[in-house]
Amino acid sequence: MAVARYIKDEKDQILDVIYESGIHVKPCYTPKDLEEIGFDYEKDLADPGQYPFTRGIHPLGYRSRAWTTRQYTGFGTPEETNERFKLMISHGQTGLNVAFDLPTQMGYDSDHEMAEGEVGRVGMAVDTLRDFEIAFKDIRLDKIGTGLTINAVASIMLAMYQAVAEKYGYDPKVISATPQNDILKEMIGRGAWIFPVEPAVKLIGDTIEYSMKVMPKTNPVSVCGYHIRESGATPAQEIAYAILIANAYIDNVLARGYDIDDFVGRFSFNLNVFGNMWEQIAKFRAARKIWARNLKERYGVKKPQNMFLRGLFGGGGYGLTKAQPENNIMRGAYYALVAALSGAQTTALCSYDEAYTIPTPRSALISLRTLQLLMDEVGLRDTVDPLAGSYFIETITKQMEEKIEEEMFKIENYGGIIKAVSDGYIQRMVARQAYEIEKGIESGELLKVGVNIYKEGESMEVELHEYNYESAEKQIERLKQVKRERSQRDVAKALRELEIATKEGKNVMPYLVECCKVYATLGEMTDVFRQIFGEFKEPSLF
Amino acid sequence: MSEDKKKIKILIAKPGLDGHDRGAKVVAQALKDAGMEVIYSGLHKTIDQIINIAIQEDVDFIGLSIMTGAHIPITEKLMKRLKEKGIEDKKVFVGGVIPQKDIPKLKELGVAGVFPGGTPLRETIEFIKNTAKTA
Repeated sequence: MAVARYIKDEKDQILDVIYESGIHVKPCYTPKDLEEIGFDYEKDLADPGQYPFTRGIHPLGYRSRAWTTRQYTGFGTPEETNERFKLMISHGQTGLNVAFDLPTQMGYDSDHEMAEGEVGRVGMAVDTLRDFEIAFKDIRLDKIGTGLTINAVASIMLAMYQAVAEKYGYDPKVISATPQNDILKEMIGRGAWIFPVEPAVKLIGDTIEYSMKVMPKTNPVSVCGYHIRESGATPAQEIAYAILIANAYIDNVLARGYDIDDFVGRFSFNLNVFGNMWEQIAKFRAARKIWARNLKERYGVKKPQNMFLRGLFGGGGYGLTKAQPENNIMRGAYYALVAALSGAQTTALCSYDEAYTIPTPRSALISLRTLQLLMDEVGLRDTVDPLAGSYFIETITKQMEEKIEEEMFKIENYGGIIKAVSDGYIQRMVARQAYEIEKGIESGELLKVGVNIYKEGESMEVELHEYNYESAEKQIERLKQVKRERSQRDVAKALRELEIATKEGKNVMPYLVECCKVYATLGEMTDVFRQIFGEFKEPSLF
Repeated sequence: MSEDKKKIKILIAKPGLDGHDRGAKVVAQALKDAGMEVIYSGLHKTIDQIINIAIQEDVDFIGLSIMTGAHIPITEKLMKRLKEKGIEDKKVFVGGVIPQKDIPKLKELGVAGVFPGGTPLRETIEFIKNTAKTA
């Protein structure tokens, strides 16, 4: 929620502006500023589509292709999800993004004790392949890409996606899934972790290795600075941690003897758009540059297209307020503008009612239209990287680059990202920052419309998406039916093979696909891992 | 407040599977800064685990943070277990994504205070101080 800190005199004149990442903004920028930072067009920017890709990864930006809109969708049952998919596709949405319910995200079947009251609540419940068969019925899996918002059990869900595609007659080579599959950020924020750090990262390595060979159009990892930022990180920390996390996954795959150019091109990023708009734009431009440099100089990546920071820039959840919720529609429009000015490949917006509930169809459509009208009506497709060359933007882009590198250095100095996450070093830091931000809002030092200024105005009654107890029961019923109908022998055999492969440290993916195909449940597969890996111990907060 | 007066002791708990804990951690730190002793349960706790921590630590308050919409069934279950364990003297407050219309329902279940997202921290702090005084 926080944006910049404004130091003002008694006449409301601004004396200083300090961005979250620590950059001080001057009242006016001139060619002298570019001189001072040693600005060099070829070195710092280069043309769009050229290394270091500060100006974007495509030479023509949105002229060649508008962004992909991927509103986060998924309701209760696979049937409802299938309906919603078709609705969003008919409204012109170009990619799917599946939300799973919490039991699914945590590897519990719908009939597990821990799942009680949560089945289908915040997304789709998935117990077996049968659920995917329903959810993806009549969806052209060769034409449309699917984001799977799942992390701890991303390997299982990716296996299930392959199984459903094959069931519907698609070659795994033509399908494109984008599982989120970023467990380290779950340990920093969002909290949907199950296994300890080491085996959890190994599972991610398995999905990357397997996708490279079997599903080459799949993007096996979407590294999320997004949730780290939501948890209280500054924009510079968001990028720094995301890049270090991506490096941890790269290192796991490199240790298996692969050439980095064979897999890193499928990495993508999910980054946040709330906050001061200039700071975010500088962040995205600097992030592309640092990622490309990181890959080229640290890892020796050779192909330029493998150095692209491809990303979903969107969301903005923490920027939205519960007070005067309609204001969130305007906030969403500005956040989307930031994403467009920053050259996002893919985007999605939090909907205005998310502080109250899962977005209603109406609010999800408002978000989608917000994104569409930027492309088709306002002029964001006219020219690539329209802010390039601005004395201000180029100066702060360079400063942001330094801030991000400082944050990366701090973590490497601490002992690396794995240690910083395992110890809770980052968690404690972002939690403290989140608290400082709340205090800043309460004291009025950080301004928030409808919250601490312009408070007069109406709150509204929000249309709630009600929990459907009947669908939950139906889901459990279906699970029982699948369990009755499947071959118990095939399931036992597939699970036993998964167990052996896991213990032997083999790539588990082919074994998971086999389990999915014989209708082993998500919970059964997760339990194999739970028994062998154990569970992550959350570091203490204070 | 006299120095030897016992500190108010609070358990901030995340019941169920939801991992969104920014709010819970912020409230925990605010209460700590306000001079209270705060224990944070960590994520993915069952109601029984929460009750056990509350008993072991002998807390005065249990604060539940729930973002998924499952606040009614979760709170209902907690209140029932408190009664069964004979520790209904522990005051319960609830925060998170809570629609206005559910606040009376939560109060009926015996919840002492409800603080939906967006509630100023000082309101929560004042509530706890005032409730502790009258207890």
